[in-house]
Amino acid sequence: MLRYILKRLWYTVYVIVGISMISFFFVHLSGDPVMLMLPGDASDQEIEELREQLGFNDPLHEQYWRFAYNAVQGDLGNSLYFNAPVMKIVLERLPASLELAIAAMFIALSIGIPLGIISAVRHGTMLDMGSMLVALFGLSMPHFWLGIMLMLFFSVFLGWLPTSGRGTLAHLIMPALSLGLPLMAMFARLTRSVMLEVLNLDYIRTARAKGLKEIIVISKHALKNTLIPLVTVAGMQFSAILGGTVIIETVFAWPGLGRLVVQAIFRRDYPLVQGIVFVLALIFVGMNLIVDILYVYLDPQISYTEDKEK
Amino acid sequence: MNEKSSTLLYITDEISPRLRLMADTFKEVARRPSALAGGILLVIIILTSIFFPFFYSVDPLDINLLQRFTPPAWQEAGSLAHPLGTDNLGRDILARIFYGSRVSLIVGFAAVLVAEIVGIILGLISGYYGGKIDNFIMRIADIFNAYPFMLLTISVMAVLGPSTFNLILVLGISDWVTYARTIRGSVLSLKNKEFVEASRAIGTSHPVIIFRHILPNVISPLLILGTLRVGSIIIWESGLSFLGMGVPPPMPTWGRMLAEGRVYITEAWWLVCLPGFAILLTILSVNLLGDGLRDAFDPRLKNI
Repeated sequence: MLRYILKRLWYTVYVIVGISMISFFFVHLSGDPVMLMLPGDASDQEIEELREQLGFNDPLHEQYWRFAYNAVQGDLGNSLYFNAPVMKIVLERLPASLELAIAAMFIALSIGIPLGIISAVRHGTMLDMGSMLVALFGLSMPHFWLGIMLMLFFSVFLGWLPTSGRGTLAHLIMPALSLGLPLMAMFARLTRSVMLEVLNLDYIRTARAKGLKEIIVISKHALKNTLIPLVTVAGMQFSAILGGTVIIETVFAWPGLGRLVVQAIFRRDYPLVQGIVFVLALIFVGMNLIVDILYVYLDPQISYTEDKEK
Repeated sequence: MNEKSSTLLYITDEISPRLRLMADTFKEVARRPSALAGGILLVIIILTSIFFPFFYSVDPLDINLLQRFTPPAWQEAGSLAHPLGTDNLGRDILARIFYGSRVSLIVGFAAVLVAEIVGIILGLISGYYGGKIDNFIMRIADIFNAYPFMLLTISVMAVLGPSTFNLILVLGISDWVTYARTIRGSVLSLKNKEFVEASRAIGTSHPVIIFRHILPNVISPLLILGTLRVGSIIIWESGLSFLGMGVPPPMPTWGRMLAEGRVYITEAWWLVCLPGFAILLTILSVNLLGDGLRDAFDPRLKNI
């Protein structure tokens, strides 16, 4: 067990190194931010001086080492636009994004899983087909369009909910629904197909043959094994939500990391883009680590010594 | 004479089983009403996006400020000159949706093709050769998987600058991991089968074994997987376009139509509703078809 966790930790370390390299090099391939930071009539000498001062003239690998060395100590550099430490800005905006992601995840799981279970248990009925049709629509809809439609209906036509900003629960409803509903559709489909598989297994037949009530067979026996694969997917999808916040935060003017990163890209604020991408990727890797370890506890069948082929 | 009979032989031996297989595939999919509906809808959408200039020749870039915010024809103030109304600059919505369909379909299918090619090549190499190179490729796959997909595409698009070619490349390259993993798994289970060993024993070179003997046996799940991914890719394409990082103007795209229309959400609901419906219909058709293909041929892929 300990060996497995150590192995997972080692895996996490190299993924983090890989991610830091990707985010560093991609961001540094883009245009020259120095030109944007100075007035149009700046002389060549002034441009050169600022470039030198910010270290853009050093070879890329030296810049990367500097970035990595500082990042380990929690220093992600300074934002060119805000003229403040990236770490501080990211930490200020992170709670808003997490709040949105957690709310969306809550919606997705709390509706999606029960819907999938009902569909599986009532397999082949109108109820099943109806909810799977709804799920298919949910999967086929861009989440930001869903957001705009919700806005059109609840804000423009009915005037019930505020169109943008953050603060109250009313502000959270629409962005969380837009991110959560497509994911809900995915979970409903997944739960249904896993549940259908589990219901065909021998131990379920045994449980039924023993004369147990159907409700107990499903809630006690089948559900447990259905939930195991869902844990992995839920962990992976959490990062997909964080990625999705990029657009939805722009739509609803939600003051989180997603909106910030879009603005930073347009302002060519390298260090900020790099920092946000890096922090989000770290959260993702951390989630994966937690899921992997949780998995071993949930499913004793998984042999954690032989994960080499995985 | 001899030549003729060998051609005939070629047709009966090589082509007709393939034709029969295609016909069987078609029948198997068509047996499912939802897949059939999806397939027909997709064919209609593709044909429309190719041939619409023959029956609808309105210029999508034609600005007419006098007719701005004309509602769709079924509304009181609407007119048949603009069946789906006009936008804030008086441009025709229907024409813009038609042109936008070309962008989404081309980018969607081409990006999946790029992802498939990269995924297939890396997956084949990884599974067939194994060892260090396998380890290396799979570790890169881990890193790609750990990188938030949307952020990756956004930051690369910001770096490369918006263009159709870049968009296809970036979306394709960010999505190769699933294909590579799937194909690697199938190759691992195939590479020690008798027919591969026999081929190796008579001295066939590795590339020939990989492409001639292994690839044909592992490719079908990849085609299904690809169909299932087209919808997600189109959603990301429209998302990037929405953020201003997709196919550059003046080409109308569904994502940009939504972004422009969002500003006028209180005045003109059709600006934000209609392009979204176009996306929904397109993706729905691909997903219905993909679900049908998967159920018909490879239920193992059910959880993807």
